[in-house]
Amino acid sequence: MTACCPEEKDPITSSHCSCHETPSAGLKPDFPIFGHDAEPCCGVQAPEPGSPYEKPGYRLWGFVADFVQTPAGEVPRVHSRLDREDRIGTVLSRLGIGRDSYSIAPGLYGIGLPDSGSPVMVTANYKLTFDSLRGSLRGIDAWILVLDTRSINVWCAAGKGTFSTGEVAERVNAVALGKVVTHRRLILPQLAATGVSARQVKRQCGFEVVWGPVHARHIKAFMDGGMKATPAMRKVTFTLRERLELIPVELNHMGKPTLYLIPALFLLSGLGQGFFSVTAAVSRGLPAILAYLLAVVAGAVMGPILLPWLPGRAFALKGAGIGAAAGAVLSAIFAGQLARSEMAALTLFIMAISSYLAMNFTGSTPFTSPTGVEKEMRRAIPAQAVGALAAIILWVGAGFMK
Amino acid sequence: MDKFRYLPDVTTLEYEEDLCVGCGSCEMVCPHGVFAMNGKKVLMVDKDGCMECGACALNCPTAAIRVTPGVGCAAYIISGWINGKENASCGGEGGCC
Repeated sequence: MTACCPEEKDPITSSHCSCHETPSAGLKPDFPIFGHDAEPCCGVQAPEPGSPYEKPGYRLWGFVADFVQTPAGEVPRVHSRLDREDRIGTVLSRLGIGRDSYSIAPGLYGIGLPDSGSPVMVTANYKLTFDSLRGSLRGIDAWILVLDTRSINVWCAAGKGTFSTGEVAERVNAVALGKVVTHRRLILPQLAATGVSARQVKRQCGFEVVWGPVHARHIKAFMDGGMKATPAMRKVTFTLRERLELIPVELNHMGKPTLYLIPALFLLSGLGQGFFSVTAAVSRGLPAILAYLLAVVAGAVMGPILLPWLPGRAFALKGAGIGAAAGAVLSAIFAGQLARSEMAALTLFIMAISSYLAMNFTGSTPFTSPTGVEKEMRRAIPAQAVGALAAIILWVGAGFMK
Repeated sequence: MDKFRYLPDVTTLEYEEDLCVGCGSCEMVCPHGVFAMNGKKVLMVDKDGCMECGACALNCPTAAIRVTPGVGCAAYIISGWINGKENASCGGEGGCC
């Protein structure tokens, strides 16, 4: 009985918790025969009754405030504020967990108190994008037209062809937008231009495209300025914070290769004069694995962070540079315990991996051209392969010298 | 993006000034300020800033601009080398994007 309400000092006279008034018996304390209103146990808040907008078989998103009637049917109105569920979803998405299905239903939504003259903002159905947009629309009355971009953000979807001219026109017609607003204007995020031709949208659905700013946070200023963008609003940035946000996903991709590489490093380290030695596998394997971890930190973490300050235009070169520095640090740490050839091996190994990882970051970077990346890769990959091979030969060779 | 420069002279961006009608769409949609209006026509003021996103070419009413857009992720390019450009993919069920 005391397990129920440990904080209660005088359980018998307390009126919150009805559990102490029942003998053990295992009966639930809110059982009606005791003549009390059904109450959950012990001072906990009663759960809220379900939302009146719930329907059997459907779960309502927390960002829906209510539904409004329009000439085209019922439209959900959404909050501009992000709650804990949204923030958790953002963190998980950034970590690469479940992000492929972190999406909302395409269609028409509203925010604030939109009417037939309110602007229409078009966006992707990736929830991170949607949250970013609605968070920037506090105090604004607008319609939000969500396209089916398969849980992908605006720019990537535009590049892949899901945020396309056709999808915009189709969605406008599918939600009967022409019945909801009297004007014929759509505000699209500028980065959708990679996949959307403004002229063709007008031809296909009669709505004129106005290019909004790159970043949602500039929408208010854009609207206040009479739907005019300053040059700064039309440029893409790559701030430290934006680069940091991309690191977890880079690391996420390394999970599987790491699982293969670590046992491989132990095996290679154990090769030597007596064919294979477990002691050597462990004592030499550990610095090898440390080298690998340093390489990952160098290429996938420090590379993105230090990007604008690292030497060379090619990312593979930047990665090799940090890798060399990491190799020097590792060699200093293990100065007494490793032979020179072993330190050279580990340094080459770190440089090859760090170079490859940094080169991979080009795919997340908004200023590298695919043609440039391919050119860089044609030169860098053979160099990385040769470096890694040389490292393995030196390392295993040193195992035979001991 | 002043401190971010990539390899020079690699972009496939081509611009034919004769076809330009001065609508300004390219200047508006380019995320790196490659184009700037100069009187009745547009000028390419920073060709090396181009990342081949394709927005300008798609929105030019007279096809005065051409560029070969593509995916710049290493895994995709490698897969294109191995499987041929038509079968290139990012890899994995969801891949990276």
